[in-house]
Order: sequence, then C-alpha cells, then structure tokens
Amino acid sequence: MMSGLPTNTELLRRLLVNFVRDEVHKVGLKKIVLGLSGGIDSALVAFIAAEALGAENVHAICMPYKSSNPESEAHARLVAAACGVNFEVIPITPMVDAYFDIFPDADNMRRGNKMARERMTILFDHSALLRALVLGTSNKTELLLGYGTLYGDMASALNPIGDLYKSQVWQLSETMKVPRVVIEKQPSADLWAGQTDEEELGFSYRRVDELLYRMVDQRLNREELIETGLAGDFIDSIYSKIQNSHFKRRLPVIAKVSNRTIDRDFRYARDWGK
Amino acid sequence: MDFTAVLAQIKPKLGCVTDNLAVIEECISRAVDAKTDLIIFPELGLTGYFLKDLVPEVALRLDSPEIQRLMQLSRSISIAVGFVEVTDDYRFFNSAIFLENGAIIHLHRKVYLPTYGLFDEQRYLARGERFRAFDTKLGRMGLLICEDMWHMSASYILAMDGATTLICLSSSPGRGIGGESLDSATAWQQLTSTTAMFLNCRVLYCNRVGFEDGVNFWGGSEYVSPSGESINRGKIIEEDFITANVDEGCLRRERIFSPMLRDENLFVTMQELRRIEREKVR
Repeated sequence: MMSGLPTNTELLRRLLVNFVRDEVHKVGLKKIVLGLSGGIDSALVAFIAAEALGAENVHAICMPYKSSNPESEAHARLVAAACGVNFEVIPITPMVDAYFDIFPDADNMRRGNKMARERMTILFDHSALLRALVLGTSNKTELLLGYGTLYGDMASALNPIGDLYKSQVWQLSETMKVPRVVIEKQPSADLWAGQTDEEELGFSYRRVDELLYRMVDQRLNREELIETGLAGDFIDSIYSKIQNSHFKRRLPVIAKVSNRTIDRDFRYARDWGK
Repeated sequence: MDFTAVLAQIKPKLGCVTDNLAVIEECISRAVDAKTDLIIFPELGLTGYFLKDLVPEVALRLDSPEIQRLMQLSRSISIAVGFVEVTDDYRFFNSAIFLENGAIIHLHRKVYLPTYGLFDEQRYLARGERFRAFDTKLGRMGLLICEDMWHMSASYILAMDGATTLICLSSSPGRGIGGESLDSATAWQQLTSTTAMFLNCRVLYCNRVGFEDGVNFWGGSEYVSPSGESINRGKIIEEDFITANVDEGCLRRERIFSPMLRDENLFVTMQELRRIEREKVR
C-alpha cells in the first residue's frame, strides 16, 4: 500500500492559493463564503481562502441541524479562530423540520439531502448578501464516488480541492497547519450520531484513493490493477460507483433541437472575458 | 551578435483583445525604455488560450489595426507575438509573427495543434504547414508555438535552415504535483535544454501565467544557452518580466566545442526519410 499519494504540498498550496485569488478577483469580487462543517475538507478550504484573500474577506458559516454532533460546531469554531476568518452559526433545524412536518416518514437519505440543499441555499443567499463567491469543499474522492448531494454540498462557484483525493487533503492540511484534532478525527457527514464515512462506504479512504489514483489518474486497466494487488470485486464495485454517479458531475441533459445547443456546439469557457 | 531579449510572462484575459493589446503595449514601452532589442510574448498573448467558440470573434487579419499598431511599435524594438489569425478564405490559425522595423518579417502558423487530454485545438483551428528560419537584425531565427517544440523535426528543420535562435511562444498548462516542480514544467525544462544542446541553438521560451477555468499556466519562461544551460528563468505561476543578455560568444564557443550541427548529414537524413515515406505509402 502506498503511504499517501505523491504530492508536493508546498507547490500545491501555492497553486490553490493563486487559483482562489485569481478566479475571485477576475470576476471583480474580493470575498468568498463557505460552509464550515468542522470537518477537514471545509477546514482546508478556509485556510486556503484566508491565505489567498486575507482572512477578513472569508466568511465561514456553520449550519448545524439538531442531530449534528456538537463537537462539529466546536471544531468549526476552532478552525475559524485558527485561520482568523469571519464566523457565523446559522442552524437549519427550523427550516428542515418545517418541511419534514409534512413528510414525517421521510428516510435518512431524503433528510440528509434536504439538509445539504438547505445549507446550499443559505450559502448562495450569503453570496448575494456579501458579494462573495461560494467556495466548494468536495474532494476528488467523493466527487468520483458520487458521495455528495447534487445541488447540495456539490454546488459552488469555485472548488479549490475538487482535484485532490482525500489522502491529499490530509497531506495538504498538515502543511497548512489545520488544527490537529480536525486532521485526526474520523471523516463524517454528521447526519446522525456516530456516522462515519468509511463505515458507510465500506472501505477506507486510503484504500480507495490508491485505487482511484491508479485507475483514473494513471489509467491502469483492470488486469494491471489486479497485478498491483487490488481485488477484482473491489475494482468492479468502485468502477460502477463512478459510472452510476456520473450524472452528478454533469450539467442537466438538454434535448438538442437547434444547430447550437448549450455546451454541445455552443462552447465557451466560463472565464469568457475574464 | 549580442542582444537583449525580454520574455514578457503576462496573464492574458480570455477573449479580450483590446485589454491584452494594452498590456502588450505597456510591456513593449517598458522594454523600449530599458533599451531592449527584442521582446517575446506567449502563445495567443493577444487573446488568451481556451477560446473555443470565441476563435472567430477574436481573430485578426494581418492588416487589422491591432497588428498595424504592433508593426508601428516594432520600429523601436523587435517583437514576437501570438494571436488568432483569420485569412481571406476564413481559416483560423494559431499564429505568431516576428515584427521588426515596422514590418512583419515572419509569420508562423502552429503546425502541431494538440487535440488530446485537456487540449482541443484542432477542433477550432486550421493547421500550419511550414517551418522556416528567417533573418532578423539580431541573427537568423526560427519561431515555434508550444506543441510544435514537442516534435523534434520542427526544431531540427529550423536549425538545419540556419536558425541559431529558436523562439518558442507557449501557453503551457501546469499539471502533475507529485515532484519537485510541476511535471509539465520539468518536462519543458528538459525539452528546451535538450533541444538547445542537440542543435547548438539558443532557446528563448516564453510561457504565460494565470488561470482559465481552473487551469493554471505555469510561466517559468527561460533563456537557454546553446550548451543547454538555463541562464535566466522566470517565476513559476506569477507574472514576470525577464531580461536575458543573449551572448554571441556563447553560441560561437558551443559551436566550436560541439560541432554536432555542422556534422549533421542532411543527405543521409533525407535519403532515409524519403525511404520511410516511400515504404509507408506502399
């Protein structure tokens, strides 16, 4: 097993800090807003943004639900204090509960999705309020596995860590001095007490990152992956996860009727004119 | 002859010719004030790189006011600049021009349009069909645009055509963060150094910086001497303005120490290439 992925964290730090600064400034803005959950991904993004734009231009919002672990909010507060960014707590319990009063039988998945989307609406509302871009905090591992809510936590204007595997998020967090307690705790979506990502997914991030890195980045085929010691059924199950979640990584499908359909034969970079 | 060259490591705005021209003019005037002989800009410096459907909108004819303006400025300094060229028959090229004494001395249209990985040039652009060396008041030179240089034949042809200075205009995206430097930067540094060494030519490489849709361009523009040594190297991923003192003695000495280019056997090369061409046609 590889010990982490080959990553020059100092170089990566410079790239991502420059990315945030450049992409925010070029649209004529100075600020960003992000959701701070108390977990490592959003903590790392807060540190990157603070370095890029100055802590005073970073607005972090913690949005707990009544079942969230109180430790999460405490960690979010700790992270905000450590990188000096603005911090606010906006509980989502009233809005989410008002909705599920109508659907008391809703399962955990519906509830979790609703919470993620509730948080998204708050972030985008603050985007307008503060004239700030929403920073995304999804990493490459969860994006590839589809372990996120479409139009919920997957929604953002800019995502500095979307090309970093979870293992690299850990590595870079060390370099950027994210508080140790946040680096070392078990990753969790914190939708219910005691939930952990790795238990829910059924494998460790280290193990799946190794596979994803070899399969996606290095383009090893199935036989070559097996030669490196990875199990065939593990490879197949991850491959299907990627395939079946691909819709989450694309824009909605448009029925083509004209000669120039958006994103098919009407193609412009988003930084058009910037 | 000895001369000074500026590598203008700029950050073009995507699709904004007017803004980019203003930046370019500013660099030119700074270089002229410093009494520089030559200034080089990155590939597509007038337009930005990931143009996609903007290609026809930002394309310039050779007789456009923008190019005329640059021609005018070349009365005080030699200029190499990249842009999208549109021809009378509406083909669009990723082009570079060398301007001197108020005129276009040479036009190069990018021959190798990368269309793989993150690149999609051949979807939008027509392919150039020649590599030609040309005489300038600073000696005989050759122009390459980015991917062109990854084809050994391109630099080889220019060197065999008498170029002693290879100018490469680049918009190279940075990728690969596992090593000491970006993988793409390391690869390019090997390429410019090896090319210079094999062909006993100096290389002036100008790469842009900035981001387009999350893709970074890594900069690191450099002057590589004919021995393959990097003499000046610009900053990584930040704007820079690099002045290189190009030394004729360096070229002369290298060509005396390692006269590989002199000994290059064009007859053998051509004979074998013709054979290969013949056999492939069969």
